[in-house]
Amino acid sequence: MADARSEVLARVRAALRDRPTPPEVPRDYERTGDASLALLAERVAHYRAAVHEVGPDELVPLLARLLAGKRIAVPADLPWQVPGVTWLVDSPPLPVAALDGADGVLTGCAAAIAPTGTIVLDGGVGQGRRALTLLPDHHVCVVREDQVAGSVPQALARLDPSRPLTFISGPSATSDIELDRVEGVHGPRRLEVVLVRAT
Amino acid sequence: MERIALFATCLTDTLYPATARAVVRLLERLGRAVEFPLDQTCCGQMHFNTGYAAHAEGLARSFASVFAGYDAVVTPSGSCAGMAREVHPKLGAGGVPVYELSEFLVDVLGVTDVGAYFPHRVTYHPTCHSLRVLGVGDKPLALLRAVRGLELVELPLAESCCGFGGTFALKNADTSTAMLADKMRCVLDTGAEVLTSGDNSCLMHIGGGLSRLRAGVRPVHLAEILASTEEDPWAPATR
Amino acid sequence: MGTRNPVTWLGSPAFPEAARTALADTQLRRNLRNATTTIRGRRAAAVAELPDWERLRRAGEAIKDRVLAELDTHLERLEAAVTARGGVVHWARDAAEANEIVLRLVGDEREVVKVKSMATAEIGLNEALAAGGVRAVETDLAELIVQLGDDRPSHILVPAIHRNRAEIREIFRRSGLAATGDAPRELAEAARAHLREKFLSCKVAISGANFAVADTGSVVVLESEGNGRMCLTLPEKLITVMGIEKLVPTWQDLEVFLQLLPRSSTAERMNPYTSVWTGVTPGDGPAEFHLVLLDNGRTATLADPTGRQALRCIRCSACLNVCPVYERTGGKSYGSVYPGPIGAILTPQLVDDPHDAQAASLPYASSLCGACFEVCPVRIDIPEVLTHLRARVVSARGRTAESVAMAAAAWVFGDPARYERAQRLGSLARFLGRDGRISRLPGPGAVWTASRDAPVPPRESFREWWRRNRG
Repeated sequence: MADARSEVLARVRAALRDRPTPPEVPRDYERTGDASLALLAERVAHYRAAVHEVGPDELVPLLARLLAGKRIAVPADLPWQVPGVTWLVDSPPLPVAALDGADGVLTGCAAAIAPTGTIVLDGGVGQGRRALTLLPDHHVCVVREDQVAGSVPQALARLDPSRPLTFISGPSATSDIELDRVEGVHGPRRLEVVLVRAT
Repeated sequence: MERIALFATCLTDTLYPATARAVVRLLERLGRAVEFPLDQTCCGQMHFNTGYAAHAEGLARSFASVFAGYDAVVTPSGSCAGMAREVHPKLGAGGVPVYELSEFLVDVLGVTDVGAYFPHRVTYHPTCHSLRVLGVGDKPLALLRAVRGLELVELPLAESCCGFGGTFALKNADTSTAMLADKMRCVLDTGAEVLTSGDNSCLMHIGGGLSRLRAGVRPVHLAEILASTEEDPWAPATR
Repeated sequence: MGTRNPVTWLGSPAFPEAARTALADTQLRRNLRNATTTIRGRRAAAVAELPDWERLRRAGEAIKDRVLAELDTHLERLEAAVTARGGVVHWARDAAEANEIVLRLVGDEREVVKVKSMATAEIGLNEALAAGGVRAVETDLAELIVQLGDDRPSHILVPAIHRNRAEIREIFRRSGLAATGDAPRELAEAARAHLREKFLSCKVAISGANFAVADTGSVVVLESEGNGRMCLTLPEKLITVMGIEKLVPTWQDLEVFLQLLPRSSTAERMNPYTSVWTGVTPGDGPAEFHLVLLDNGRTATLADPTGRQALRCIRCSACLNVCPVYERTGGKSYGSVYPGPIGAILTPQLVDDPHDAQAASLPYASSLCGACFEVCPVRIDIPEVLTHLRARVVSARGRTAESVAMAAAAWVFGDPARYERAQRLGSLARFLGRDGRISRLPGPGAVWTASRDAPVPPRESFREWWRRNRG
């Protein structure tokens, strides 16, 4: 008997004996959209996540206020220095118990999608590995205005699919019981998004 | 528009002749001559939908030859119009310009006020095939709104199927009955005296259920309402 | 191999019989009506927000048709891309082969965590693992409810949609999960506490995939709760089981499906979490990644030019939520992990056995109302496939009382004179009428008059009137 691989491929080829024509894909759907911080803020808030909008100079004071006195997990290359916070730096990698016990995690992001209220992490600068933003119960994520895309197509075009990507739209949630949406299951139960204006 | 034919459908021809007579009366009142080719029988929908495509193919071919040469074929059935327009071409027998009655009135003749008079409280059930296969949209409602004396009441969950589905009503009788029960509850909630629709098959189903309940709501095809005038008002068919 | 396909549950009665039992369960009907009514309204609103929805549907349809038309090429490209990034690709002809592969990969571990996955439910992986001494822990809340309740799933997206909060609390209580009350929030909290330790300690996770990008080898999972992220990120080894049709050719193609799927399924602008990974990333996530490509009836489905459109399905379950039959009978009546309209066309094709009476009953479980086609994000013409599969059933059955009756009807309709004679004969049924109605018909008509009156045939057909007045 042939191996599974060649048999499955042979079955596929036999099934396509009628040689169906691969259709052209009509790409006439919207590619662009509103990339404003205002729309992103509204859409993130719709998922019952907290949203803050600040100018560049107000970022660190805001983070200091949000995180004061807490034990916060961070990637080793976090670009912000915030006074009054106990940092749990993920280098060497923190054990899962330490992440699980942290008060929260602070990261940046790779991109955001305004119309869907989504932030995307790709493990790049200021974001860390995926487990870092998963186990702490509170995720504070900083989004720069220039990172905001106005549509899903624009966002995907900016992302590198070979990196591990996490699209986050609000805190973890379930609708599994009577389709009643409940925020906060296994992922961070609180999501706080800080939007930083370009100027 | 030179030649207009009526496709009565086998169900209406056999069991609901008043509907077909109403179509004739209505079109003649609007100044259109209509013909009824006597060689017509059935569009083949029951066969096709039950899995007998080969039989349906023969009936589709007869349909195409009976109605060849007409500029418009009008039928008081959304599902038979859908069968002829959407399925017959796949069976190699397309090309007949078939219109469901409300489409013909609104789109082809360009009328919504047909001068009808029907002093009753009426609710309208949009049939699945007129809605989703033909896309007649609000045309039947526009026609009904223009009928003098008619009080139109909205049917709750109107777009939900009544559970007829041809042989579905027999093969899955329990499910069909459950769907029918919900549809009847919605009809009764409206307090309407008359339930109307663009298809006698659905009316036969819902009407049959209402009759069993002795509910007193009367099923009347849209064509019969539109044919009714002050001088010659609608009257229940004598059997 | 050569064994029955576990996509249908052994011993399930044919649809009409299963539906009769379900219809008698008033609690079930209430739960389903509430749930489907809620989600229908929400989906409609989510879709109405996008002015280009129809264009997205057409793009989704075309992308999936491209994949199917060139499936062999795309599968080979996916395999090469995954392998180049440190993943291992396995091929499985059927359920038994896929289960064997997964069991072997699990190795010495006795417990694995699982993300909700239709492919693994289809192949009966949990049962196969249990037979091999491995306990699979379902981590999706609804799957957990089904698993703890020793139940069957009844919905693609929300497998426990047939249960209400009180029933769920009782299932939890019997399994030793303490919930402080029956509010969904409290029940979710109990599940979180129960599963937390499993996530932190399990070495092997098993997932399905919503999409895989042939060009890049990237695999995509959409979810809500974070259990997916836990399984995809924390364990040392990740095993993903995926149907061979779940491909998209390029990364760009995902821009269509990341819009179509969330709005169609959970009626959200975007689901809370979408994970994308490509092979293995050192220092981030599992050190070992295995991708099992599953046939299990898909190539048989692909061989049917009309039926193959069922393979476009992205498992959103919008068709279930709008289906009037599903709404009343629930998912379990379909006897398969794939219920509802899509199940009625996908299951019989995957089973691929014309003599399986249960599977053959599924294409008839529809009034052909067309609501499913209207909402399908990849434009599967479900009514078209239903009638097509009915024709396959009819030809497999050969001569039956029904086929004889249908042939006779076609013979009558085939000639206007015969038709008219039959009309006159049938009009004799008017003598069965009382007070303008027929309450009991003989023969097959008795099924009709069990719950509805039949019309009394008129004295004169329309054609007789026409001949008299216009002829």
